[in-house]
This record gives sequence, C-alpha cells and structure tokens, in this order.
Amino acid sequence: MKSTSTFNWRIVREAIAESFRKLNPRHQIRNPVMFVVLVGGILTTALGLEELAGPGAAHAGFTLHVSAWLWFTVLFGNFAEAMAEGRGKAQAESLRRSRRGVKAKKLDRPAFGSRYEEVAASTLHKGDFVLAEACDIVPMDGEVVEGAASVDESAITGESAPVIRESGGDRSSVTGGTRVLSDWLVIRVTAEAGESFLERMISLVEGAKRKKTPNEIALTILLAALTVVFLLATVTLLPFSIFAVKEAGKGEPVALTTLVALLVCLIPTTIGALLSAVGIAGMDRMLQANVLAMSGRAVEASGDVDVLLLDKTGTITLGNRQATRFMPAEGVSDVALADAAQLASLADETPEGRSVVVLAKEMFKIRERNIHELGARFVPFTARTRMSGVDLSGRRIRKGAAEAIEAHVAELGGRFPAGVREAVDLVARQGGTPLVVADGASVLGVIQLKDIVKGGIRERFAELRRGGVKTIMITGDNPVTAAAIAAEAGVDDYLAEATPERKLELIREIQAEGRLVAMTGDGTNDAPALAQADVAVAMNTGTQAAKEAGNMVDLDSNPTKLLEIIRIGKQMLITRGALTTFSTANDVAKYFAIIPAAFAATYPELTALNVMRLGSPASAILSAVIFNAVIIVALIPLALRGVAYHPLNAEQLLRRHVLIYGLGGIAVPFLGIKLIDLLISAMGWA
Amino acid sequence: MTGHALIEILLYLGVLGALVKPLGRYMEFVYSGRQGCAAERWICRAAGIREDRWMNWREYAAALLMFNAAGFAAVYAILRVQQWLPWNPQAFGGLAPHTAFNIAVSFATNTNWQNYGGESSLGYFAQMAALTVQNFLSAASGMAVLAALARGLAAQRAEAIGNFWVDVVRSTVYILLPLSLLLAVALAGQGVIQNLKPYAQVAGSGQTLPMGPAASQVAIKQLGTNGGGFFNVNSAHPFENPTPLTNFLECLAILLIPASLCYTFGRMVKDTRQGWALLAAMIVIFLPLLFLTVHAEQGNMEGKEARIGTANSALWAVATTAASNGSVNSMHDSYTPLGSLGPLFLMLTGEVVFGGVGSGLYGMVMFVIVAVFLAGLMVGRTPEYLGKKIEAFEMQMASIAILVPAACVLLGTAVAVTAPGGLSGLQDRGAHGFTEILYAFASMGNNNGSAFAGYGANTPLVNYTGGFAMLLARYWVAVPVLAIAGSMAAKPAVPASAGTLPTHTPLFVALLAGVVLIVGLLAFIPALVLGPVVEALK
Repeated sequence: MKSTSTFNWRIVREAIAESFRKLNPRHQIRNPVMFVVLVGGILTTALGLEELAGPGAAHAGFTLHVSAWLWFTVLFGNFAEAMAEGRGKAQAESLRRSRRGVKAKKLDRPAFGSRYEEVAASTLHKGDFVLAEACDIVPMDGEVVEGAASVDESAITGESAPVIRESGGDRSSVTGGTRVLSDWLVIRVTAEAGESFLERMISLVEGAKRKKTPNEIALTILLAALTVVFLLATVTLLPFSIFAVKEAGKGEPVALTTLVALLVCLIPTTIGALLSAVGIAGMDRMLQANVLAMSGRAVEASGDVDVLLLDKTGTITLGNRQATRFMPAEGVSDVALADAAQLASLADETPEGRSVVVLAKEMFKIRERNIHELGARFVPFTARTRMSGVDLSGRRIRKGAAEAIEAHVAELGGRFPAGVREAVDLVARQGGTPLVVADGASVLGVIQLKDIVKGGIRERFAELRRGGVKTIMITGDNPVTAAAIAAEAGVDDYLAEATPERKLELIREIQAEGRLVAMTGDGTNDAPALAQADVAVAMNTGTQAAKEAGNMVDLDSNPTKLLEIIRIGKQMLITRGALTTFSTANDVAKYFAIIPAAFAATYPELTALNVMRLGSPASAILSAVIFNAVIIVALIPLALRGVAYHPLNAEQLLRRHVLIYGLGGIAVPFLGIKLIDLLISAMGWA
Repeated sequence: MTGHALIEILLYLGVLGALVKPLGRYMEFVYSGRQGCAAERWICRAAGIREDRWMNWREYAAALLMFNAAGFAAVYAILRVQQWLPWNPQAFGGLAPHTAFNIAVSFATNTNWQNYGGESSLGYFAQMAALTVQNFLSAASGMAVLAALARGLAAQRAEAIGNFWVDVVRSTVYILLPLSLLLAVALAGQGVIQNLKPYAQVAGSGQTLPMGPAASQVAIKQLGTNGGGFFNVNSAHPFENPTPLTNFLECLAILLIPASLCYTFGRMVKDTRQGWALLAAMIVIFLPLLFLTVHAEQGNMEGKEARIGTANSALWAVATTAASNGSVNSMHDSYTPLGSLGPLFLMLTGEVVFGGVGSGLYGMVMFVIVAVFLAGLMVGRTPEYLGKKIEAFEMQMASIAILVPAACVLLGTAVAVTAPGGLSGLQDRGAHGFTEILYAFASMGNNNGSAFAGYGANTPLVNYTGGFAMLLARYWVAVPVLAIAGSMAAKPAVPASAGTLPTHTPLFVALLAGVVLIVGLLAFIPALVLGPVVEALK
C-alpha cells in the first residue's frame, strides 16, 4: 500500500471541513471530555451575547474571547480525529476506484473454454465460477480451480512485481481487484459482494467499523471520572466564592465564564481530544507497514504479546540451506572433493544444489561447466535412491544422505570410511545437513549444508527479550539440528519435529499459563494454530483458510513483520498513557494561572500565588484557555506518529516516560502560559 | 524543629516500624485461618456460621451491609432511649433523632465524628454497649474487606473471596480484643479512669469531674482508627491521656494496625515487597506533612496541653488524620494555617495514607489501580497488578471509589456554606470559618471523624448531610472494592516477564504517591486556597 505523508495539504483541507461537520452533538457525546467543552462553548457564547445586549457589555469581550477558544478546543480535537481518518480515507478512495465498474466473466460450468456471460462483479455469489484472462481484473475473492497465471497485486500490496497464482497448493487464492497479466485462471468465488477482502480493507482504513479497544474503554472511564471530579470542583467553587465574598466584604463571586474556563482547563482535554486519533493512527501505522489488522483489538493485543512463535524457514533462516564447507575423506584433496561435488550438482536446480556450485567457485575458483558439453548424463534425485549425480566418461558421481551413499558404495563393493562417518556426525551435531559425495565405490567426503541465520535477527531477538517477549522457533527439523540453529539465532526455545497438532498444543499450553501468543502462518495447515493464537498474522501469499483464521494479514508476506507489529501495538498504548499523564500534569500550572486571577479581588493576598507574574486576571485566564487549546494542535503529530518506542524493559520505559510526560507535563504549561500571556498583553487583547 | 522533637518523632517511628512485621505476620496468620481457638469455634457455632463456606463478592458485600445496618440500628435505638437504660448515673435523656442518626452512622462506618460531648450527653451504657461495641465491629468490618481484597488478588479463576462473618469474628477475637485489652490495662495503670461511678464533685470549687469506663473505650478507639473520645475533648482530657507514656502508647496505637496491615497484605498476596511498597508510598506522603505541621506548630501553644507540648500534639494531629482515626490531643482549630494544612491534606487524599484499619489500605489499592493503569499504558502493555489485568470493570469501580468521597466533601461543604443551618454553628468568620466547614466535611466525607472544633455541627442540616456523606464515603468505596476483589479473583494471573511493570520499585512508589497527590488533591485545590492558603498568606 502506498504511504501518504503525515501532512498532505489535500488531507488537511478535507480535515478542516470535517472538523466543523463533527461539531454535531451526536458525535461529540461519544467523548465525554470533549462534550463538556462543547457545552462550555455554547454556554459562554450565550453568556457573551447576553452581556453584549445587556449591562455587562464591559465583560462581553472577555467572555466571547474565552468562548471562541473553547470552540477552537473542540474544533482542534475534531481536526485531530479528521486528520487521522483522512489518510485512511485517501487510501480507501484509491482502492474503491479499482473496484468501480468491474465486469466478471461468469462461467456456465467450472472448466476453461466453457461458455461465459459478462455480468457486473457485484452480482456474483459464493460458489460461482468465473474466468479471468490476461488484462482482466479479478472480480471477487476466490480460489483458483484451474490454470496458472501471473497476477499484479499492486492494488492491494503496493508491490509491483507480479506473483504466480495457480490451482492447488498454497498459491491458489486470488483477491478481488488484482489484475491478471498473462494466461488465464478459472476461479471459484469465495466471498459475497460487500464482504470481499478489498471491501473489508476499505471499511477498515476508513475507520468506519472502528470499535473502541478494551484499553481505550478503560481509559475513557478514567477520563470521565476525572471530568466528573473537576466538574464538582468547579461547580462547588461558586458557593464557596459567594461565601468568601460575603465574609471578606469585597470582590465579586467568581464569574461563570471563569468557572467554565477553569473547568475546561482542568478536565483532560488534551488526551480527550487526541484519544480517537491515536487509535485510528495506530491502525493506519499498521497499514503503512503493509499489515491489515482486522480489528483495533488485535493491534492492541500485539503490544501485550508475551511469546512469539516463529517458523524457522523464511523467518529466522534464509529460505534454504546452503553449502558452507567441504570435508574431504582421508587421502582425498579438498579440490578433488569440490570438483566432484560441483559436477554432481551442475544439473541440480534445487537451491542446495546451486549453493554447492557457488561454494566450489568461491573456494577453489572451479568454473561452472556445461553438463551437455561434457557429455554427461544427469541422474536425478528419486525418493527411492535418495541420491542424485552425473555419469560421465566412466565416472559415476553421486551425492546424497549418508545412509543412501553407504548403501550405494556397499553395493559396488566399496567401504564407508570411519573418518567420513565422524564428519557426518559432526555436521549433524552442529545443526547442519551432511551430504556425502561418492565417485564409484570410493567415498570422497562430506558437503556441509547449513541453514543460514538471517543477519541482525539475533539482535532483534535480544531486543524482544529485553522487552519481555519470549521467542520460540518452530521447525520440522530433528531436535539436534533445531537446538543448534536455536542457539545460533538466539531464540529462547524451540519446537522440533513440529506438526500442526504439536503447534496448536504448544499455543494452548502457553495460553494456559496466562500468556499471549503471536504467530505467523500461510498454509492451510496453519489455520487451526492461527485461529488459536492471540495475534495471528497470515501471509498475503497464503491460502484463504489461513487468511480467514488470522486477525491480521501481512501484505508483504514477510514473517519478520511480527516484530514491527509488536512495536506498533506498544507504541499505541504508550502514546495514550503519555498523553494522559501529560494532560493531568498540566493542571498544576493551570491552577496557578487561574485561581489567583479568579479570587484576587476577594483575597488580594492570593496574588502571591501568581508565580508566573501574568499580566492581568483576564489575560491569565485567557492564556490558560489558549494554551489548553493550542497544545492539542501541537500534539497532533505526536498522536499520529506515536511516541518513539525504545526497546527497554518496563522499569526503564516508565522512568523515561514519567520524566518526559509527567515532569515535562508539569513544567511545559508554566512556560507556555507565560509566553501566551506576554503575547496577549503585547497585542492588547486583555 | 528542636532536637528534642526530632528524637521523639524518630522514637515513635522507630517503635512503629519495629512492630509492623511481627504484627503484620500475626494478622496474616489470623486471616489465613491458621490461628484457631475455642472462642472462635464457639462463636461460630452459636451464630450458625459455617466457616468452610466462602462467599462470592456479592454475598460478602451483602453481609457487610446487613451487619453494619444492624449495628446502626442498635446504636440509634440505644441513643434514643438511654434514659430507660442502666448505668446512667447522670440521668441523661434520649438524643434528638438527627443527633442519634449522625452518631449511629458515624460509629457504624468507623468514622466516629462526634456531634455531641460524651460526658454531657451519654450514659455509661450507651458509651459501652452502643459506641464501644461499634468501635470493635466497624473496625473489624474494614479489616474483613481488606482481607477479602487480598484474597481476591491472590486467587486465580476463583469466585469466593472468604466468609465475612468468619473474618469479622477473627479480626475481633484475635486482633482487636487482645490488643485493646493490653492497651487498656496499660492505660489504666497510668491513671486513665475505668469505673461506673457518678460524677464527682470537687469540694469547695463547685467543679464537677466526669467519671466512667474510659480506659476500655480509649484503647479500642485508638487501635481501631475510630477516634470517638469518651470525653468531649478526647485525648486532650487528663482522664483519657494523663501521662507522656499514655500519650506515646495512644499515638502509637493510631498507626499500629494500619501500618502493619501493609505487611499482612504483602504476605496474603504472596509478595511481601508489594506490601512494603504500599507502606513506603504512605510514608513518602506522610513524612513531609508531619515535618511541615511540627514545624508550623512550634511555639504555638494555643489549644494544646502543656503536659503534651507542641511536637507531640502535632505528631498526633498528623497521625490521627493520616489514619482515619480522628481522636485529638489538642484542638486543631487553634493550629496555624500551615499547621492545619497537613491534617486537612491527609484527609482529602481519601484517607489512604494509613487510613482506617483495612479501609485505608483498600483505598490505597484503588489508587494503585489507577497508577498501574497509567504506568501500564506508558510501558506499552495492558496494565497488570499482581499479574491480574486491569480492565474496564476495575477502572469503573476504582473510579467510583475515588470519586464518591471527593464528591461528598465538595457537595457537603457547598451545602453547608450556602444554607443558614450550616452556617449557624460557625464560631469564626472569614477564611477560617470556611476552613472549619471544609474540615468538618473532609472529615465526614472520608470517614475520619477528626473534629476541627470551632464548628458547632449539631444541627439537623449538618447531621443529616454529614450522615449521608459518611454512609456514601464508606460503602461506595467498600462495595466497589469488593467488586474488584471478585473480578480479580476470577482472572488468571499472568506470569511476570521483563515487559511487566514491577510495582515494588522506588519508581513505582514515587508514581503512586504522585497519583494520590494529583488525582486525590487536584479537586480540592480551589477549596484549600480559599481556606488555609488564604489564611497562611495573610
């Protein structure tokens, strides 16, 4: 998916218009904090207009000024939300365009060459069969039942390189909205109109179906409680001040405008305004990472993951084993072994075979030869012989598993040397795969094939460990090999000789301990485990079953993406916590600004509390209100981008964030309010 | 602060600190049922309590409410008809309905706010059967709720959190009665009176000396964070608190159980570090306010007893308001504005710095939930406390528990400063008058019971408003606490990892203290400014 920069003017323009549309009280009531601000705005506007008409005209300017900033506060909150939604909307729009007016070739019966009629894609039903030929757009999600074709999936993945889709196996699923580039496919439709992957994706990126996540609900409750506390504190201030005025015999009871201003400053408007933006932006960041989360709950859960199940192949190691070493038998030179090994592998197109040729070239500069020019005959691998090789000019070179070669040389009357046996055991112990090379009846030596652990993966696992996430490697290898690779990659644990059942069992065991499990998968046999895991990322290249069992789809089909997902999940929670702390800590400075201003007429000694030396009571109150509004805008980028995540343990993270957002939250408004006060005084507003 | 005062305070804190672990350990023994004796079995059999039948949180809360309602009814009835009851040598009449209502609520809720003068309105039977009995039972109720909360936090996928009746019996029989007996004997030995005689006349002076069974009531009022004095002036009276030793022991008794319960809690949740952390958070808030008050009161002898002195008066004042005790050995109304700020602060934080026996600590756990929630978000994980996830339900309950007492204080004060019935009892005017009213409602709205004096609160308006404030503040905290105990018990515990936020470190203690101060106090800053702060700045 194409990424969009944070501040794109088209999005900003659209968001500004949207902020006014969102003033609708029905929208605001969902957010108790901002609803209070809205009511305050309406109240002060009415007050200001009344004053303007009546005897209080002297106050009207101040009242209306405060009221204007209260409206701005609400609008800024709306703007933040609209900005967060805007990026998704832009993406949804471009997705939707690819859906418009798509025609489908609906087949009479599920076979290539049968008659078809052209219908609108939206009229297709589950179980229908359609034909997609070169240049056609795949009309609906489905399963290839016949044919093979290259498909351009860039509309969904943003990746321009075409992929192969074919019937049978793990590459049989196609997505509506992608384009067939060559050949043809017969597809069985697997989704009804409105439920296709693309349509779900559109509604997700638009945020239309966004439900509040569990932590968000809990936080909303806390914010509502704080709002009620401050509502009580300001409402009761009226009788308190009437009493104070009566007792002191001077001054006036605190003005309603001042009370509203104080209330709005005290309630956690900063987090209240940015809360939903943080959630939407979190989903959006997942999208930027090319991960499609089916729900916000899944994104949030990824921050809580305790255990990560990772498939060895493709995630921890590079896709294939590679030859890394030649170990000649006694009396055989390395070069002779390498030469024979290369000859045996020339026609072997498997990645392992290629890597033998590459290694021979790298180590001994043995040039690649053409098997046909040599007049050699290639002997392919069969399940029965479990060997492959070449026959050329009387030589019969074979390579294969130790047991197979042993049987082969024994048959020819040869002997399997003890030194080679030792080498075979050594390679196996170190987690490699030994391939033995024989020429006729004599054993030449061993090629060591090894899994190559991806660069930098060890460091990433260490980082996860510091963050309290345990990694478990899943592999079909035997325990010895698995242990060796696990040690090399630095995972905490491994599951060897894994079967889908063992995997499911392992997930259940971990969950029974109360831990959350994340995993990736692509095959149909991964589906049960994916359905059981708390955070389940299906590869986009995977089967339909896998995609439906998971709660996220990785469009890049990169299994290492889990690490990124965890980071985004954590970031979302941290951003909420940081903004809440900041918002609450701000109240200290706001009290220092407003309280002396509100009561100095009654109790002049309270001017001692005006530690910021603000110009006048009016400018003090106004500065606090303006700061309260402006800080929302200032923090929009933080809400959208998220607080930077550092791979530290919980204690270190907390220390860092308490210092920045707690103590910073106390200090920043003192500076901010003072600056605004200077500005207002200089401009003569109050 | 003088060196002498410092030594006294350090001695006090030292002795208190040394007792936390042994007493805390013993109390854990009691609540886990490992302590058994014939008395418990006999009481349980007589009352038809089945010790092995545990309750879910709803049943537990219902039992608590029924039990305290019965206590309220008994006290109310006795106070209304005391003229017909025995041991009333001064022949005091029955109390007015609003006065009796307030007293009955006050003693059933462990507040012990006193709108009456003990020696001028209550007979000995009323003092013993109504008030002293509730001193034990209301304290035992608070401790039972804490025990249930600790069990809920320690349990996994369970529903039951204990048996309320058993917890009350154990608290009373094994903890409150033995400690009270020890203290009462020690006090009586020092000269605290304990008799049923009519008031004595001092020959020639026309002075009347009140008599009565004081020692037995003083002991439990100090230990059970009740604070309701036998005499009107409470422990400033020489018959309640005659010597430096009685003063030390009574003051020690104020914080003894609340502090020790922290250790009990730690043992019950199987991680004593958690208990120590809670105690540390309390001390972090307590000490600065203690030193502030001691410092501010230095040289101010108004309203203080010469035999007690300023340092010990200030120490008592801070301890009694930190714990929701409320007994006094000096008149807080006469404190300097800064000196009275400490006690007022401590009550307004919701009585969680030591607080009432049981109730203080469970109140603190509510703040822990808020602190853990914020901290959990800040480290990027769903917040957990003791391995239990904090979710919307817990947040709701904790919010109610923190919100209701604050609402009671603010609304009660607002009513009192507005209505004529609230202002009629005011002794002082101006900001000090406001402080008196705020103090009264801070005290009732947090179940402290400490009186500022100077505010004649025995009017129908204040009695009823305050009575309802006490009821709300007690049960709208206790019931949500039990609800949390129930929901926590049902959850599985998540094992700790490097990503789990530790809740026993100095950092968390500091954060918790910060949350108590910011969340607990921010709502009261305007009120504090119009009261003691204005006075201090004058």
